[in-house]
Amino acid sequence: MSETGTYRPLTYFQLMEVSLRELLVEKGIVTEDEIAAEVEAMRKRGYERGARVVARAWIDPEYKKRLLANGTRACEELGLEVPALRLLVVENTPEVHNAIVCTLCSCYPRMLLGLPPEWYKSRNYRSRMAREPRAVLAEFGLHIAENVTIRVHDSTADMRYMVLPMRPAGTEGWSEERLASRVTRDSMIGVAVPKGPND
Amino acid sequence: MAEPLFRPGERVRVLKAYPLGHVRTPFYIRGCTGVVERICGAFPNPEELAQMRDGLPPPPLYRVRFLQKDVWPDYANANDVLEVEIYQHWLEKT
Amino acid sequence: MTDRPFRGCHDLGGLPAGPIDRSEHDYAEWERRVDAMGVLLGSKKLLTVDQRRRNIEALPPQAYDALAYYERWVISLGQSLIQRGLVTTAELARKMLEVENRG
Repeated sequence: MSETGTYRPLTYFQLMEVSLRELLVEKGIVTEDEIAAEVEAMRKRGYERGARVVARAWIDPEYKKRLLANGTRACEELGLEVPALRLLVVENTPEVHNAIVCTLCSCYPRMLLGLPPEWYKSRNYRSRMAREPRAVLAEFGLHIAENVTIRVHDSTADMRYMVLPMRPAGTEGWSEERLASRVTRDSMIGVAVPKGPND
Repeated sequence: MAEPLFRPGERVRVLKAYPLGHVRTPFYIRGCTGVVERICGAFPNPEELAQMRDGLPPPPLYRVRFLQKDVWPDYANANDVLEVEIYQHWLEKT
Repeated sequence: MTDRPFRGCHDLGGLPAGPIDRSEHDYAEWERRVDAMGVLLGSKKLLTVDQRRRNIEALPPQAYDALAYYERWVISLGQSLIQRGLVTTAELARKMLEVENRG
């Protein structure tokens, strides 16, 4: 059945999903409640946790050092449950801009940023980001000066990456919560910079 | 972890091999030379996990930094880098 | 077919490609459930993400391009469960017919 309540035949893939799920439940391998709980947990995960981590790092230089040294432990320090996440945080500076891609599939720090956007998983992003990051970033509206080094990270194995963007100018004295509101998902992937103080 | 073969800062080359199975070393990086940026630790081998085996003992995993101009023939910027996680058995000394 | 090394259809880095479509959409419930089942079966140590990835990579190249992301993942989930003996082909066939006939 469709979600809208009007009858629509299932696609082959929807039929497959229902069938696999019912078989797994009948066999006692998973329960409907477990599936529903996981769906809800993932639905609630936006990128706020990532933004919190960034804001803390902007405010607290010692925390930032710990975050760059061991991303996973630094998240746990803030009470964020990040099971199985091996997080590596890479820092943007005036000399270096970082960007993340998974050319082989769609590896992404889901525990911090939620589900990845469709474009991150797309053929065109995955094909071009490692090869021509400057052109891709320009397409996203981000122009990086030639004398700034671009560091592209291809998450091919067990690590997951998050960019620590530079703190926007004009935010001196801001609270952590207010700073977190400047952090966008795309700035933590590296295809954008955070919002400015007046955005 | 068994003693890693390579150290941070060491130059390594990715095997120019094109085997079958589930491989996490991208096609574009095979045969390229870079520098070990860090040892990430040891993790069960994904090539084996994909075949329903346990992937143990876990091979060391490295982050290797490549100059983009050493990966793509006509890459313009001299300083841009590309960093890729590569398992030990895909690397050799240069 | 020229004499060329094997390259998986998923191994995209460096291939020529076009502009990036940045439109975003909400995921359908069935897609979220596919995702959830993969996560749950992984945490119960019944399947690995590596096996699921391998089954995606085994899709014919045309399918890899033509299918949407979660369409690929649901096929891969099914293949993986059958490989593991958690579900059999016969069970899946019977169940799919049963669901279809419910209407």
